[in-house]
Amino acid sequence: MSGYADPGFDTLALHAGAAPDPATGARAVPIHLTTSFVFESSDQAAALFNLERAGHVYSRISNPTNAVLEQRVAALEGGIGAIATASGQAALHLSIATLMGAGSHIVASTALYGGSHNLLHYTLSRFGIETTFVNPGDLDAWQAAVRPHTKLFFGETVGNPGLDVLDIPQISAIAHDNGVPLLVDSTLTSPWLIKPFDHGADLIYHSATKFLSGHGTVIGGVVVDGGSFDWDKSGKFSELTQAYEGFHNMVFSEESTVGAFLLRARREGLRDFGACMSPHTAWLILQGIETLPLRMARHMSNTEKVVQFLAAHPLVSRVGHPMLETHSSHVLAQKLLPRGAGSVFSFDIQGTRTQGQKFIEALQVFSHLANVGDCRSLVIHPASTTHFRMTDEALKGSGIGPGTIRLSIGLEDPDDLIADLKKALRVAEKAGA
Amino acid sequence: MKITVQDHALFAYTGGKPFNPAQPTAVFIHGVLNDHSVWILQTRYLAHHGWNVLAIDLPGQSKSEGPPPESVEQAAHTVIALLDAVGVSKAALIGHSLGSLIALQAAAQAPERVSHLVLVGTAFPMRVSQALLDGALNTPMKAIDMVNTFSHSTLAPPPSALGPGTWLYGGNKALMRRVLASNSQANVFHLGFKACDSYTLGEEAMAKVPCPTLFVLGQHDQMTPPKAAQSLIGKAQQGQVVHLQAGHSLMTEAPDAVLHALVKFLKP
Repeated sequence: MSGYADPGFDTLALHAGAAPDPATGARAVPIHLTTSFVFESSDQAAALFNLERAGHVYSRISNPTNAVLEQRVAALEGGIGAIATASGQAALHLSIATLMGAGSHIVASTALYGGSHNLLHYTLSRFGIETTFVNPGDLDAWQAAVRPHTKLFFGETVGNPGLDVLDIPQISAIAHDNGVPLLVDSTLTSPWLIKPFDHGADLIYHSATKFLSGHGTVIGGVVVDGGSFDWDKSGKFSELTQAYEGFHNMVFSEESTVGAFLLRARREGLRDFGACMSPHTAWLILQGIETLPLRMARHMSNTEKVVQFLAAHPLVSRVGHPMLETHSSHVLAQKLLPRGAGSVFSFDIQGTRTQGQKFIEALQVFSHLANVGDCRSLVIHPASTTHFRMTDEALKGSGIGPGTIRLSIGLEDPDDLIADLKKALRVAEKAGA
Repeated sequence: MKITVQDHALFAYTGGKPFNPAQPTAVFIHGVLNDHSVWILQTRYLAHHGWNVLAIDLPGQSKSEGPPPESVEQAAHTVIALLDAVGVSKAALIGHSLGSLIALQAAAQAPERVSHLVLVGTAFPMRVSQALLDGALNTPMKAIDMVNTFSHSTLAPPPSALGPGTWLYGGNKALMRRVLASNSQANVFHLGFKACDSYTLGEEAMAKVPCPTLFVLGQHDQMTPPKAAQSLIGKAQQGQVVHLQAGHSLMTEAPDAVLHALVKFLKP
């Protein structure tokens, strides 16, 4: 690769991490469905186990197909490396479990995917890790929530489903002033819409199930390290800066000045918790990423048309997309997300909960299911599904009302999407008459 | 470990093994805005195969204290002082880029102290354009991007410093930024490039080195192309040359090939 400029996003989406297979000449990435890899010699085996040499041993720890995916996502995000995981939730758990144990504390946005809220609020508290949730737009609240044992700030690039845009530059600055990193869930935006490392985030993860895969076929996750956080300087992360008896007494921050997190995450978290990705899944996500730039452009143009239609419809009381000036994150979105704030958003129908249900049932092009970021358009009622464990107050904090409908705009003809919505709104209107 | 050298704490990575004076010693010296971690795979292997490894951070950068060297000659004195500090009479010196010039100069200054010399990604003269010198001084982030791009040759590297899933463009850029930020008093980017550019003793030094010398060159190296090492190769008394399929970041783009070359060359 010659020349001054780094390869562009579209080129990286096709080529990062992948070259023609040296054994066969295969141009597409081969699926290495194998549990294990034969050692060249006893010496090589020992060297691989001791991190004296880099290579593959066992597919729970690493796999050549997964490695291509990891390099590709790291390249698209501008990171130093990545780890593919069994799901987005596994990526979040791996990130947290690598950085802390019982007695630690997290400051997180209230505007989170329901599953992330479950993990932080219910499950991790059982393991001694507490979380304080703050309104993501209240910068003072982030600082006020910090405790002596706070080890992580966490939020979503755009909160699910209200699309509160995370002020990554400001919140990362507060995090860094307190010696902790900012972890960002960038699932809903993908690196095509925002590259959080450029704005100050330190760690990023994706539910690759969504836009990276893009076809609603597989569950997967990936966590990326920006290599920017100085664990030694922080002084709060003995997990990375002191000898670890569980792996050859390795001091991860000495082994790698910028990659201590990834070293420990793979050598401890993947090894012990085992939430690894199948190589077949990695391959399908790679197939998706190859067209990520094309799909994201279409997702956004379709979203713009649907948002405009809904905003003008008399039965719709609110459309929660930052492209509208009425959205509280409009100005911030213009700054951080100039290509758009995503194609997953919510709106409220005037009327009863029954009218909302009738609306969903009347849709024919939109599929009623619990996913987002598919090439097909999707719809769901968050209060009774993805966020059903949350109290009314917590729901309100996440920007969700009893009549809120969440859409994930796909790649269909935009006129067909609008016609489907128009017809369903008519049905909902009649149900309230 | 931290070693007091010239009155300042110098960091040297020992490959996960304690320093053992009874073993042969290899000193690894990094290039501009790099540090010990670029050698991680090679050094960890050697440390577990009978060698004392001292992969240093040059003074005033990354984990080392003290004033950063302003010349190759000054840094070479530090390397010899390091050997004195740890009580090693003779060591192998292995350097990359700027580090290769430092290793060469140290071997010429104290030939009796050097058992093997390895010059990785080397050139003489190691000229740095005025534009890049100015960039390192005035617009270092932009200059880092430029150097980083020119230092890599592939979008599909093998498993590397962090194992599988390492993205070398991002890793090296993050490292360069971290090392630059590690010294708030001096611009170690500009100082390093100035040291490369102003070093004039290369051929003279090479001719003085009696020990076996290995040149490890990247066939796709755009920073120090293989032809730029020819003047040194011609002066080496016991020179060997290995060409690898890699750019300037040989240790991370071709970690196994660099290791194999080192193991073969250092074999007693």
